[in-house]
Amino acid sequence: MQISKDKFQLVGTKISEAEKISKPSLSFWKDVFIRFRKNKLAMFGLVLLAILIFMAIFGPYMTEYDYATNDLTNKNQEPSSEHWFGTDDLGRDVFARTWEGARISIFIGVAAALIDLFIGVLWGGISGYKGGRTDEMMMRFADVLYGVPYLLLVILLMVVLGQGLGTMILAMTITGWINMARIVRGQVLSLKSQEYVLAAKTLGANTSRIMAKHLIPNSMAPILVTMTLTIPNAIFTEAFLSFIGLGLTPPLASWGTMANDGLPAIRYYPWRLFFPAIFISLTIFAFNVVGDGLRDALDPRLRK
Amino acid sequence: MEKILEVKDLEVSFQTYGGSVKAVRGVSFDLHKGETLAIVGESGSGKSVTSQTIMKLIPMPPGKITGGQILFNGDDIVPKTEKQMEKIRGKEISMIFQDPMTSLNPTMKIGTQIMEGLIKHQNMSKQAAKTRAVELLNLVGIPMPERRVNQYPHEFSGGMRQRAMIAIALAANPKLLIADEPTTALDVTIQAQILDLMKDLQSKMDTSIIFITHDLGVVANVADRVAVMYAGQIVEMGTVDEIFYDPRHPYTWGLLASMPSLDNDNKADLAAIPGTPPDLTNPPKGDAFAARNQYALAIDFEEEPPMYQISETHFAKTWLLHPDAPKVEPPEAVKKRMRQLSSTFDQAVLMKEGK
Amino acid sequence: MAKYIGKRLLYMLISLWLIITATFFFMRIAPGNPFTSEKQLPPEIEANLNAHYGLDKPWYAQYGDYLLKVVKWDFGPSFKYKSQTVNDLISEGFPVSFILGMEAILLAVAFGLILGIIAALKHNKWQDYTAMIIAVAGISVPSFIMATFLQYFLAIKMGIFPVARFETFMHTILPALALASTPMAFIARLTRSSMLEVMSNDYIKTAKAKGLSQGVITVKHAIRNALLPVVTYMGPLTAGILTGSFVIERIFGIPGLGAHFVTSITNRDYTVIMGVTVFYSIILLASILLVDIAYGIIDPRIKLAGGKKGE
Ligand SMILES: Nc1ncnc2c1ncn2[C@@H]1O[C@H](COP(=O)(O)OP(=O)(O)OP(=O)(O)O)[C@@H](O)[C@H]1O
Ligand code: SF4
Ligand SMILES: [Mg+2]
Repeated sequence: MQISKDKFQLVGTKISEAEKISKPSLSFWKDVFIRFRKNKLAMFGLVLLAILIFMAIFGPYMTEYDYATNDLTNKNQEPSSEHWFGTDDLGRDVFARTWEGARISIFIGVAAALIDLFIGVLWGGISGYKGGRTDEMMMRFADVLYGVPYLLLVILLMVVLGQGLGTMILAMTITGWINMARIVRGQVLSLKSQEYVLAAKTLGANTSRIMAKHLIPNSMAPILVTMTLTIPNAIFTEAFLSFIGLGLTPPLASWGTMANDGLPAIRYYPWRLFFPAIFISLTIFAFNVVGDGLRDALDPRLRK
Repeated sequence: MEKILEVKDLEVSFQTYGGSVKAVRGVSFDLHKGETLAIVGESGSGKSVTSQTIMKLIPMPPGKITGGQILFNGDDIVPKTEKQMEKIRGKEISMIFQDPMTSLNPTMKIGTQIMEGLIKHQNMSKQAAKTRAVELLNLVGIPMPERRVNQYPHEFSGGMRQRAMIAIALAANPKLLIADEPTTALDVTIQAQILDLMKDLQSKMDTSIIFITHDLGVVANVADRVAVMYAGQIVEMGTVDEIFYDPRHPYTWGLLASMPSLDNDNKADLAAIPGTPPDLTNPPKGDAFAARNQYALAIDFEEEPPMYQISETHFAKTWLLHPDAPKVEPPEAVKKRMRQLSSTFDQAVLMKEGK
Repeated sequence: MAKYIGKRLLYMLISLWLIITATFFFMRIAPGNPFTSEKQLPPEIEANLNAHYGLDKPWYAQYGDYLLKVVKWDFGPSFKYKSQTVNDLISEGFPVSFILGMEAILLAVAFGLILGIIAALKHNKWQDYTAMIIAVAGISVPSFIMATFLQYFLAIKMGIFPVARFETFMHTILPALALASTPMAFIARLTRSSMLEVMSNDYIKTAKAKGLSQGVITVKHAIRNALLPVVTYMGPLTAGILTGSFVIERIFGIPGLGAHFVTSITNRDYTVIMGVTVFYSIILLASILLVDIAYGIIDPRIKLAGGKKGE
């Protein structure tokens, strides 16, 4: 073995280079994105969701029929080139109603998620940030509320408040925010102790500024997952309530009311039930797998 | 002396999202009957993976033995099936893990956990196994063993759990005991007791021990020989005296310099090795330690050093032993205790290239 | 253990009291409720209500009486039907719902566990993917939709099962399946992640190092520990089965308490709504208590720690 002598001169450490090699740094979100993309089921869900949202926006314009116009001469028509998904017992076009229903279901889901987010971030943020007795009391309150069976409470509220879109969303969010508040509080507590918040504090930034600038962006990941998983839950609850006769009032078409109307006729006109039923399931499925995919992609324990 | 274990050029890697992690990269060592070999090295250097591979306990997949042999009593265990391994695990080779808090099943009685191995390997009846379990608990120094066998792990203290772990490991009189940092999670007085217990049991049962630790202080107490691991390779190996009094590898120097000792118990003096270990997904070119090595030579960044032999029992993998290399001085803390050992060769001998 | 149960019992009573109180006041503010003065009721019903609630008394007296009567297990008369009381409804409908619910719970637990364990043991293999897709589907398809599909295809189209009513065992299969589908999926997912978590624990490695076979390790070390979080799901499971029964019983024309409850909602039969809600809450809280006790039995760490998880 021949190695030239000059190779044997002392050169010493190159720590900075070692660091460079040992940490191929991807930004956090890029990393998340790559992992998410590898998850076939989640990607499928995302595509499905995109299609469903697209149809919710444009679907009602694709047919000349209006979702609320009765046509008693064309009752209970089978799906055909004229009425793609058939018609219901009042001769209304099921295709138009289905996408109108998609709008309402998705609206309810998103609205519920946003309200949960708003209350949850406020409640959890204040609770975690203030700490001490305030925290103790706020969280006790949330615990008590959380112990009440969810659907039973929602049903009671709907009975008391009367049916309607607004009361439905209200009823859903009355306990829905608790999860979000707990997550936000947990994040705030863990982030509160970290240095950059302390630094901001000593620099004289006030509480709301610190929350807005540092805490909330850092809690994005779990909040996002919770929101994506709240939406299908709200869509389910809407359908459930409609199905037991506590849903929206006509002529509004939601998937739940459509399914409810279609049930008595299942033997002879099954499409009236099946179209809304299939789309409820698909939408819930899409949100669920996207939410799961996000959670897995964001889980730092899997991060290597 | 009879060789009980011979590991040859062992290579293990893990398939992960970020690529394949080469956790063990060509490790060779052997172990005699009744001998204790210590493996030391930083966190992540591959000590646990090496030792668990000997029992084929690494999760496969993602883990995979990509090369080499593990001869146990002359028999290669790499190609063995799970069924065949079951006859070796617990009976021929046993293992004690680092954290006694998590290595016992929380919902199973201590006694039952000891009995399982006995029933499996010694065909004991339940009754006999229970009697033996009480004996074993007594042997590892747990008071009132008759009562303790019926308790659950959470009713034991940390030190007692580790004693129970030792009882489990020794239940079937294994020929080789692998202890993966058995005392790291315990406080100092308990550590000493556990070490004494292990030494005591070893002399009674004549088991060989592989003792993994990152605490060199413990090594001097228990081991006959020491292997120093870095980034999945053994970089220096020798008897305890050779490693403590005549270390040759800069990484060993670093470890020794960072070791608290009686004459050097002022923690501020401890020189930690700067930097972090390399990423084993793409091991660096040349010597893995080069970037952190204050004595690094130009060639270290280009070519991996070969293994040199310094005595019958002493090996080191560093270019510093090349005849052309400059003479360098080890750090003060290490130099203080350097001694001339009689067994050392006049000149380091090149073993084989590149490995 | 006795102390632990006592403590849980106390909590349960407090929650129950809160629920009873809340329903009582909710019903008083609902539009057209029996406590408003401008009601026009048939005289018999008026008399029933008066006898039970003392409608002329001030609200706190009514509240006190009401609490007392609930304690005596008397939920009062119906607001819509003169010869019916909530107690009648419960004793008539609940046994049916109970049978259906139990069948569904058994199905959900059995299949959920099997699916979850298989998925965990075959982690990242096709069995795992299949099981998990079944699980996501089970979670995504609401029970009442599952029910209509099962009814349409298996009963109406293929005629394998009876379409509706509740007479023979065959009548119970489809509703129980529909009711079990979502909780089964949850249990499968929970079992899987819990198994994976447990399998990555050091003590599994210890068991393996002893030379135990994969089968023994799975049965004796992994499943028992993996079951702990699944047991805690039994509370929400009961709640899910219970609320699920509202719709399932309606779809299959089963004369259970759930169907009666939905009818009372449609009829705005306030006193029935109130009574059945309280009854359901008792069931739920009792099942949560049972679950806690069961948990204490399987997890030795709880027994001795007197309520808290040991160490
Ligand atoms: N299941 C696994 N999947 C992927 N990588 C693994 C796995 N197990 C170990 N590794 C990698 O193998 C390398 C060696 O790990 P090992 O546990 O042997 O280190 P160690 O020397 O025992 O460290 P410590 O002192 O911390 O116990 C590490 O880089 C680790 O990330
Ligand atoms: S081979 Fe080079 S880099 Fe590696 S230890 Fe020896 S001198 Fe340092
Ligand atoms: Mg280790």
